[in-house]
Amino acid sequence: MDILQILLTDSFWAAALRIATPLIFGVLGALICEKSGVLNLGIEGIFVAGAMAGWMAVWLGAGLWGGLLVAAMVGGFFGLIHAMLTVPLGLSQHVSGLGVTMLATSVSYFTYRTALPKVSSPPKIEPFQPLDIPVLSDLPFIGPVLFQQTAMTWLALFMVALVWWVLNRTPLGLAIRAVGDNPDAADAQGLSVYGLRIGAIVAGSALMALGGAFLTMSAFDSFFFGMVNGRGWICIALVIFASWRPGKALLGALLFGAFDAFQVRLQTEVGAFVPSQVFLMAPYVLSIFALVIVARRAEYPRALLQPWFKGQR
Amino acid sequence: MTESRVLSLNNLSKRFGSVVANDAVNIELHRGEVLALLGENGAGKTTLMNMLFGHYLPDSGSIDVADEAGEMHPLTLGHPQAALDAGIGMVHQHFTLAENLTVLDSILLGSESLLSWRHNRRAAREKVGRIIERTGLAAPLDEQVGKLTVGERQRVEILKALYHDARILVLDEPTAVLTPQEADTLFENIDAMTKEGLSVIFISHKLREVLAFSHRIVVLRHGKKVGEIATSDADERVIARMMVGADTPVTPRETMEPGAPVLQLKAVTVKGDNARTSLHSVDLTIRAHEVVGIAGVSGNGQSALARMVSGLASPDSGEMMVSGNKISRFTPPVMQEAGVGRIPEDRHHDGVIGAMSVAENLVLERLNDAEVRKHGFLQQKYIRSQAEELSKDYDIRGPGIDADARLLSGGNIQKLILARVFECMPDLILANQPTRGLDMGAAAEVARRLMEARTRGAGVLLISEDLDEILALSDRVIVIHDGQLIEAHSKDRETIGLMMAGEHV
Repeated sequence: MDILQILLTDSFWAAALRIATPLIFGVLGALICEKSGVLNLGIEGIFVAGAMAGWMAVWLGAGLWGGLLVAAMVGGFFGLIHAMLTVPLGLSQHVSGLGVTMLATSVSYFTYRTALPKVSSPPKIEPFQPLDIPVLSDLPFIGPVLFQQTAMTWLALFMVALVWWVLNRTPLGLAIRAVGDNPDAADAQGLSVYGLRIGAIVAGSALMALGGAFLTMSAFDSFFFGMVNGRGWICIALVIFASWRPGKALLGALLFGAFDAFQVRLQTEVGAFVPSQVFLMAPYVLSIFALVIVARRAEYPRALLQPWFKGQR
Repeated sequence: MTESRVLSLNNLSKRFGSVVANDAVNIELHRGEVLALLGENGAGKTTLMNMLFGHYLPDSGSIDVADEAGEMHPLTLGHPQAALDAGIGMVHQHFTLAENLTVLDSILLGSESLLSWRHNRRAAREKVGRIIERTGLAAPLDEQVGKLTVGERQRVEILKALYHDARILVLDEPTAVLTPQEADTLFENIDAMTKEGLSVIFISHKLREVLAFSHRIVVLRHGKKVGEIATSDADERVIARMMVGADTPVTPRETMEPGAPVLQLKAVTVKGDNARTSLHSVDLTIRAHEVVGIAGVSGNGQSALARMVSGLASPDSGEMMVSGNKISRFTPPVMQEAGVGRIPEDRHHDGVIGAMSVAENLVLERLNDAEVRKHGFLQQKYIRSQAEELSKDYDIRGPGIDADARLLSGGNIQKLILARVFECMPDLILANQPTRGLDMGAAAEVARRLMEARTRGAGVLLISEDLDEILALSDRVIVIHDGQLIEAHSKDRETIGLMMAGEHV
């Protein structure tokens, strides 16, 4: 099969969108946090916690949507820890974020091992199934790519629109953009900088956790160690690639998904000659290149990483 | 006039530690009045206004504000939101605008419920439009704030306050960043607003504008109200005496014959990232016994000029000579060696190393002198005795020569820098905003030292945004605009003001 022909198959594009789904949640979550002025490096751990919590809730009988709710709440809880440390206490966002990643990862593994001490292979759940929409799912090309995805992919796409709307079309979004650029401006208008930032971090972290939950509840049907595998960090890079815009965030996630889907297919084509690690590396290398090109023009939220204290001006 | 009262500050007091910032201050404001609050730096003007706006909680005293019907109600203290609700709007000296928002969004910020599902931008646009029509405060509503000029940003701040239905507007040093023409426009706008029934308090230490545009003047000194006078009864001498408690000494200056050139720039071009950091083929000569003042609104190439003369940036073309020697490498040590003394613009950031002692900061530029360094070791005894002496000569007050420099006040940091620079007997002195933020006493000391250096035979390159300072100190005035230098042939402030705004006269 010709390499270029890969790009024309519907299964390739369906895979790209599937791979992009958790990244869409993660990058939106990170974007909301950073728009309010706080970097959230807890993302990698929150992914793990979301994956673990969602899956376990379903296994315990909460149902799929109940599982998502639990995942979001657990994500929000870890976000709240990060928020309390970095917003009212003004601690280093890097250190706190990495701390939250370690904490959330460890607590998830610990919970898993405590709940299932003796199993070698974890129990499986019944994950989200591909939607089967009459007519639309049967359309050539578009059908398999768009209309045979799971509900979570649709939720992710809906979130892109929702986050865009909230940030750009509502007073709340205006306030979040203002605290991320100049907290004094928000304070002078009687808005609560602490409240807005804490709220943004909790909401963003809940979204990140949904990204993790997608892995155990849609892409796979169980929880494994190391299954998040750096997806959180990719999201942090994608936010810069996206210049803090939800639309571009979707584009970045899809681009990464496409690279990843492409390398898998390329492996089967020419895997005999080239070591597989080269292919595994490819999406990351390409992401770095894309970042180098795009990030030069990136316009950071001006108050990003800067703690703000009430009454100090 | 009591029935037209809109605001009354009653016996407000505030102390920070042992410092009394405000001591039982009483002020009344009437409908449609422009009240000027005048005082030196540290006199307590801003503290007073911050209490009014709820940023600080007073230790004692109360504030009454009139509602729309004119009835006085006590204001809840310590809550900006309460002040906003009572119709008090404040425009801070440092604007509180988020640069990534559009003008309209900046005005809207905080005016709608955070829970509402969408903006009502159309209604907002109409309301802002009506305000602009009434007051003449023009601003491009759909432009990003980051792209606006300082004057436009200030208008946005005022529009914001008016949009929130402010009936009392507080302006903290509103003209500090404006060209004279922009300032005049601002006061025209204020005039229009007061005719609509708005009351204005503006903080200033510029006597000229206070006299020209206010109705009543209140003078603060050391946190106390020391005078209140109708503007029609006041003149500069009367107010200046109230402010400082005595007649200000005029810096004596004798005419001197300029000597040999100490700084020559020939067709120097510095390409910066933007207009703010560029110079376009400028020529400049400064001679011994000469103070050359560079007047201009900030961001017209002053920083490029200052950085080059300090050795922090190299020109892209053209040449620079110091005392007749061509400079080929632009680094700070080369400049020092060539005889350039530098008083930087941001004295806290670039002038001292905060974590090092006063004594160490005083010898920072002399580390190669045999007295300071012998066999690679610092000569502590010499450094300390030198520091004791200089602290006395230059009146550097603080916790002592061994204390960290960051513990000094702004004025004392500047004195430290002066001591360090003048002890090296430079041929050329770059004084970049040397009195910004200093009180009158400290500013007079800076001026005296600069004049002393001029008498000794140094040339001074004085960069300042304060036109009064330029006019008082300079032998020649050169206007910088858009990266170009234009000699002003008269010291007429009207003419210079127009040149600063980029008009050819």
